[in-house]
Formats: sequence, C-alpha cells, structure tokens
Amino acid sequence: MTVISSAQDPGALSLTVVAEFDAGVERVWQIWEDPRQLERWWGPPTWPATFEKHDFVPGGEATYYMTGPEGEKARGWWRFVSLEAPHRLVFDDGFADDDGEPVAEMGTIHGVVTLEDLGGRTRMSVVSTFETQKQMEKIVAMGMEEGMKGALGQVDALLVEPARA
Amino acid sequence: MVVDQLSEEAADRVFQALADATRRDIVRRVTASESSVSGLAERYAMSFAAVQKHVAVLERATLVTKQKRGREQIVRANHDGLQRVRRLLDDYENIWRQRSDRIADLLAEGTPPAPGSDSTGD
Repeated sequence: MTVISSAQDPGALSLTVVAEFDAGVERVWQIWEDPRQLERWWGPPTWPATFEKHDFVPGGEATYYMTGPEGEKARGWWRFVSLEAPHRLVFDDGFADDDGEPVAEMGTIHGVVTLEDLGGRTRMSVVSTFETQKQMEKIVAMGMEEGMKGALGQVDALLVEPARA
Repeated sequence: MVVDQLSEEAADRVFQALADATRRDIVRRVTASESSVSGLAERYAMSFAAVQKHVAVLERATLVTKQKRGREQIVRANHDGLQRVRRLLDDYENIWRQRSDRIADLLAEGTPPAPGSDSTGD
C-alpha cells in the first residue's frame, strides 16, 4: 500500500495524505522538480497534465493544462512559495482561464509537501488546504472519472507482473 | 456526474461559513456535544448577538441546526451537511491515492538511476 495514512479536517477544509515510496528522498524530489516526470503522475490518465512552464525556484511559477477525454483543456498555475530541496516544498495551486490568466475567485489550494528519509525509502506527506468549494468540486469532478478507470487500472496492475530486471 | 452534489449556491454557503475561525470552532464544539447559544457565547470574546449571527450563518449553510428548548436555543451539528464536506474530501483523498500509485510506478522504473539506493543491475 503506497498511502499509509490520511487525515481529513472538514472544518479547516484540509486533507493530509502520507505515502511511502521505495526510493531515496533525492529521487522522490525529482518527481516534483522535473516537469516531464511531474506530468506523468499529476493528472489522471483521463486528464493528463502538460506543464508549459515550470520555474522550480522559490517564488517561481508553473503553468499547466490538463486535457480531458473530449479534448477539453483545464488550465492551472502553481506558485512555489518555498523550496528546501530535497525535504520540503510549499506551493499554491490555482485555476487559470483559457488564456492562462489566474481565475482569482476560484481561490488557491495551498500545498505543503514534506519528504522524510527512512534510510533509502521516503515518506511523503502532502497537506492540501482548500479555500473554496468550487476548486474542490472542479478537481473532484475530474478525479471522479478516474475513480472508475483507476479501479480497473489496479486490476491491470495485478495482472501485469512488475518485472524489474 | 452521478454525484449527489450541492447546488453551487448551497456549496458556496458551506465553504463561506467554514472560512471563519470562530465558526469552525463552533462546528467543532457542537460536533462534540450540543450547546446552547448562550453557552457558546460564554466561550468567545464577543457579544451574544455576534455569536448568534455566526450560528445563523452556519444554520443557513446547513452545518448546524438550532432548536428552542425552553428559554434556550440549542445548537447541534447537522451531520448531513458535514457529510457532504467529508465526501468531497474523500474524493480528493482518492485523487491523492491514485497519484501516489502513479508516483510509485514511476519510481519503480528507476529512471534516472537512483544513486546507491538499489541495484537493478541492467
């Protein structure tokens, strides 16, 4: 099980998810640092993400879009509030309009990512705090389609031997 | 989407109601146990009327209910309302579970080679 624990705080509209990975912290940091790796996991297979800009420095910005099953695009932006490689990443995540301009009334999702060295393995905790319901519903709406496909994908994963050699 | 979603307006009320620290605190308290408005008012450095206003906002957002009992107004958590917020958090949690699985898959590919930590030897 990749995710080892999670905690919800409905009153504060926040969620904490803790996962452990079979890789060192430096390696796990790369999945945030390298946009080509990031876009392989950020969006679900039905809504893959493409990062057009990824200025991975404190105060830097990223812009991305997610492409839906009908070819529709949902645009977003990040701002890296602070980066302490390879242990801590704080960023704001917001929605953008078709021109890539931030949509202020949607608010931002504040994310705090912590990577902890477990001696070759890594514990990653992600705390997400929402501001408005719209952002939550929009993200969840995109994630829900994945919910069903994801379940099927897990069956596939069981059938495919994770051959490493 | 076959999700029992709040109307946008109703959901806005929920989130606006929870955007205030005092109101979140009231929700936490009455989730633990019911309380009268005057009982709540004793706990905050604000007037009875101000607390009553906060309770009214929470009531409109369907997060709490208020009932008269004798001369008291009893505030209770509205579990249906809170349940909807939890459901959204559940869905979002699911998204992160799937992301974590994709990260694990990506890391299992071993690209680029992680120095030292393991030896796939190919």
